[in-house]
Amino acid sequence: MLEMINVDVTLDGDSGDNGQVQVLKNINLTLENKKIYVMTGPNGGGKSSIAKAIMGIYHPTKGKILLDGKDITDKGISERAQLGVGYAFQQPPRFKGLKVKELLKLAAGSNDVNQCDLLYDVGLCAQDYLERDINSSFSGGELKRIEIASILARNLKIAVFDEPEAGIDLWSFQRLSETFENMNEKYDTTIVIISHQERILRLADQVILVANGEISEITSKQKILKDIERLDSECLCKEDCNRGGRVNVECSR
Amino acid sequence: MLNAVDKNLLEQVADLHKIPQGAYNIRKNGQGVGRNTTANIDIVTKGDKPGIDIIIKPGTKGESVHIPVILSETMNDMVYNTFEIGEDSDVVIVAGCGIHNMSSEKSQHDGVHEFFVRKGAHVKYIEKHYGEGDGSGARVLNPKTIIEVEEDGVAELEMIQIKGVDRTIRDTEVKLHKNARLIVSERLLTYLDQTAESNITVELLGEDSSAQIISRSVAQNDSKQVFHLNMRGFAKCRGHIQCDSIIMHNAQVSSIPEITAFHSDAELIHEAAIGKIASEQLIKLMSLGLSETEAENTVLKGFLK
Repeated sequence: MLEMINVDVTLDGDSGDNGQVQVLKNINLTLENKKIYVMTGPNGGGKSSIAKAIMGIYHPTKGKILLDGKDITDKGISERAQLGVGYAFQQPPRFKGLKVKELLKLAAGSNDVNQCDLLYDVGLCAQDYLERDINSSFSGGELKRIEIASILARNLKIAVFDEPEAGIDLWSFQRLSETFENMNEKYDTTIVIISHQERILRLADQVILVANGEISEITSKQKILKDIERLDSECLCKEDCNRGGRVNVECSR
Repeated sequence: MLNAVDKNLLEQVADLHKIPQGAYNIRKNGQGVGRNTTANIDIVTKGDKPGIDIIIKPGTKGESVHIPVILSETMNDMVYNTFEIGEDSDVVIVAGCGIHNMSSEKSQHDGVHEFFVRKGAHVKYIEKHYGEGDGSGARVLNPKTIIEVEEDGVAELEMIQIKGVDRTIRDTEVKLHKNARLIVSERLLTYLDQTAESNITVELLGEDSSAQIISRSVAQNDSKQVFHLNMRGFAKCRGHIQCDSIIMHNAQVSSIPEITAFHSDAELIHEAAIGKIASEQLIKLMSLGLSETEAENTVLKGFLK
């Protein structure tokens, strides 16, 4: 179980005007064992910041993070990783000269996994990929699949996937869903998926809505799916859009 | 004849655990200590200056020549080697120099390697430089490589120098004739207060000649590196230079590109980049449980592979 208690994160802004940006405000979140959470909400709302705070990439300026009741607020990335926290990047980096099989081996550590199965689980043919360098010859979608495989390789208490479906157009969502469910069952892993996809939302035990650096609602998938349906049917762009668009301008498609 | 220190140096520079199979010439502290020739490969000591002629008969396929140099005493060693790669042959030449310097005096090995790659021949030349020993004496290596590739010939160069060598200036000059090809792969790591300078000049003289240089380096601590990669196209030709450096600590790296076309059908590209290890790469590896140092080493190992 992972708990975030009153967590604030403030980052140094890019501008030189001493401009600090508060990306997370008073986050309170309890992620229970073996559950699947889907985190959704507008871009720039703070979803990835919550993921990075969980992984230790961002440090809370206030508040606490507990893993199974133990305070890990001051622990770094490596330590949290060793304690069983994992994060699949939204935009994974490329590595010159590092082979797929080498990355998966590093990821697995002492966990005994079959690399071919891992790649199969993310829809890649092991024969074609194990020996390849993770360099610029990889497409964005291939890179995302390798990234997900690197998280599946590990025995984790909590795994956060940052928009896993992005860039993977033709990947059968069925396979992706099964993969997450299997991970959930095999290791009792708590899974958090940042996503905007309806198909992913359907996996959720709970849906976490994040906007403006805050958790605006924790709700059920039934409610969120209903909301989406309502928004879709109510968005009559010929009239004034209820999302603030003006007639025949923003919404004309 | 070869003691433990020599054997370790040999392993480092030539991946050899003992005396190699096939043709070889081992030079230790300025003296030849072993030589073997084959039916197709002859090795002859030069009459006028220190060094050897290596003559590969036309049509020789799949053979290799090892010519390691090891220095375990303090000295200045200067050697001239000439390689005659016969028409339509296909060979691998493994050179390299290992220095073991325990003293406070300087150990220096300067070598001039001259290659004639004849029509349709293919040579792969692997040169590894390695220094060791706890002495404060500088380990200095200054190799000069001159290559002429005739019509349809191919020269592949792998030049590797990882740590250990304190001062190095490496000059490489290549002339490419019609349809000749050059592939250079350079790997360099300097640390402490080492300095390394690499000058590569390629003249693309013949029609449809092509050259590709991929240079990757890592500069650590207070070390300094200078790369001067120069391509000159005199005919319809293609040339590509890729120069990529990782800079760490207080090191300094200069990458000085020069491409010149003397012909309107010459296509020359130079790409150069210097930067520290991408923080995303470190964070990714650390999020798999590696420490920061382990993550750094993993990135560097791949980069220099």
